[in-house]
Amino acid sequence: MNMPASVCIFSEELTYAVTNAIKFRGVEIVFLSAFWMLITGDPALYRIIGLSLYVSLTATLIAALVGLPLGALLALKEFRGRIAAVVFVNALMGMPPVVVGLAVFLLLSRSGPLGSLGILFTPRAMIIAQAILITPIIAALARQTLADLWVQYRDELAAMNVSTAGSVATLLWDGRFSLLTALLAGFGRACAEVGAVIVVGGNIDGFTRTMTTAIALETSKGDLPLAIGLGAVLLVIVIAINAIAWAIRRTGERLAGAA
Amino acid sequence: MRKLKHAFVIGATALALALSQNVVAQDKSIIVASTTSTVDSGLFGHLLPLFKAKTGIDVRVVSQGTGQALDTGRRGDADVVFVHARSQEEKFVADGFGVKRSAVMYNDFVLIGPKSDPAKVKGSKDITAALVKIRNAGAPFISRGDKSGTHAAELNLWKIAGVDIAKDKGPWYRDIGQGMGAALNTASASNAYVLADRGTWLSFKNRGDLIISVEGDKRLFNQYGVMLVNPAKHAHVKKDLGQSFIDWLISPAGQKAIADYKVGGEQLFFPNATVPGA
Repeated sequence: MNMPASVCIFSEELTYAVTNAIKFRGVEIVFLSAFWMLITGDPALYRIIGLSLYVSLTATLIAALVGLPLGALLALKEFRGRIAAVVFVNALMGMPPVVVGLAVFLLLSRSGPLGSLGILFTPRAMIIAQAILITPIIAALARQTLADLWVQYRDELAAMNVSTAGSVATLLWDGRFSLLTALLAGFGRACAEVGAVIVVGGNIDGFTRTMTTAIALETSKGDLPLAIGLGAVLLVIVIAINAIAWAIRRTGERLAGAA
Repeated sequence: MRKLKHAFVIGATALALALSQNVVAQDKSIIVASTTSTVDSGLFGHLLPLFKAKTGIDVRVVSQGTGQALDTGRRGDADVVFVHARSQEEKFVADGFGVKRSAVMYNDFVLIGPKSDPAKVKGSKDITAALVKIRNAGAPFISRGDKSGTHAAELNLWKIAGVDIAKDKGPWYRDIGQGMGAALNTASASNAYVLADRGTWLSFKNRGDLIISVEGDKRLFNQYGVMLVNPAKHAHVKKDLGQSFIDWLISPAGQKAIADYKVGGEQLFFPNATVPGA
């Protein structure tokens, strides 16, 4: 089976986009055109932004449900092979999105083991791929955060004879503000990646087109100004989400009276 | 602590619901595996709203190279395949993966090259002589290298020109393994020659110093065909919806819609469903 051509060496295309856009006179006009679409409420653009957020936020939620308890277990449970498991999860943070996309593609293809679900080239397939991609990121970062916390809690929880599940829950609850960083890292990776969603989603206009696959498409059409403009819009959205998350964290910490 | 457990349970339930719903919901849509040239040139953006207005069917187009689009059909991941490489299409049908091939339209390939024209081929109408000159001059040439219809056409032209490209290729011949747009971007950034379909070229915006170097050779003819993926091989293929898309494409209304699509006043694709043997 061939790998979709459009997913190969995407970073190279982006490099071209950037170098060429700099060559354009009046780069500011370029940015304005994409932001103008944003301000005037171009429905196609809003659908793309909406889908990007829906897919990546859902994937982050799923990855959090799996990754946070997994990270906590790796932090507190002593078992043979723990170091190997930690190294493995850390290594999976570097998994290329395209590889994850391809694996999910082969699973969901009509000729694959889960083909009967018929969800290849749908947003659901994109969520599955992104969730798999970022679960190791959330698990690894959560483990790091919670390992430090565990040092402070271990003796007390042991003295109170708290079960493993109870300890995991306690660590996750008390570390919830610090864990936000792990979630944001996972979300950031999800909404920035193009390799996985373009393979399993197919970049279908009005159905599975996200910000990143739209940027890839506009780049291949040679509309580099629009591609760069969309990139700038994506960046602004990601900054806004990070700012909101940060505000929630600060407010939460103040209300909880934690440092 | 209990709160957290509750949150976990609620979250997991909500997710299970979100993922399980509308698996049953049967929407009126088909998946068409087509080529980068039909999407990048904007043709589908013009055709699909017309088709949807008439039939209410959503056509979801996945754009890939011809070889890959046929693979998508073989695996059963599309209902209809719309590509441009006649011999591969006929093999697809002969192997039982497609029901029947219908000719839809044609356009032509053009050789794109830098204004400076290092291989001195500009204005020629002989594509094979031009390719030989490029090889002899060692002028940079970008090959799609992705088993697309354009890639197949390029390899065929080298063969007709008597150049064994697998053996003769040097650092001047750059095989990038990407779509038409990416190949044009690469040629534009490195002032190289590249074979392109006219439709993608006309709607391509980042031309830099590139111009059409060679056009008008009969051997640059580029025919598109459409096929329904065989429901006998893949039972889930939406036979009726897919067939109605094919029927519309080759109907007078569909053929007129294709002829009406213009970029900068220039017609991109020429309908020829009624021409025998196309």
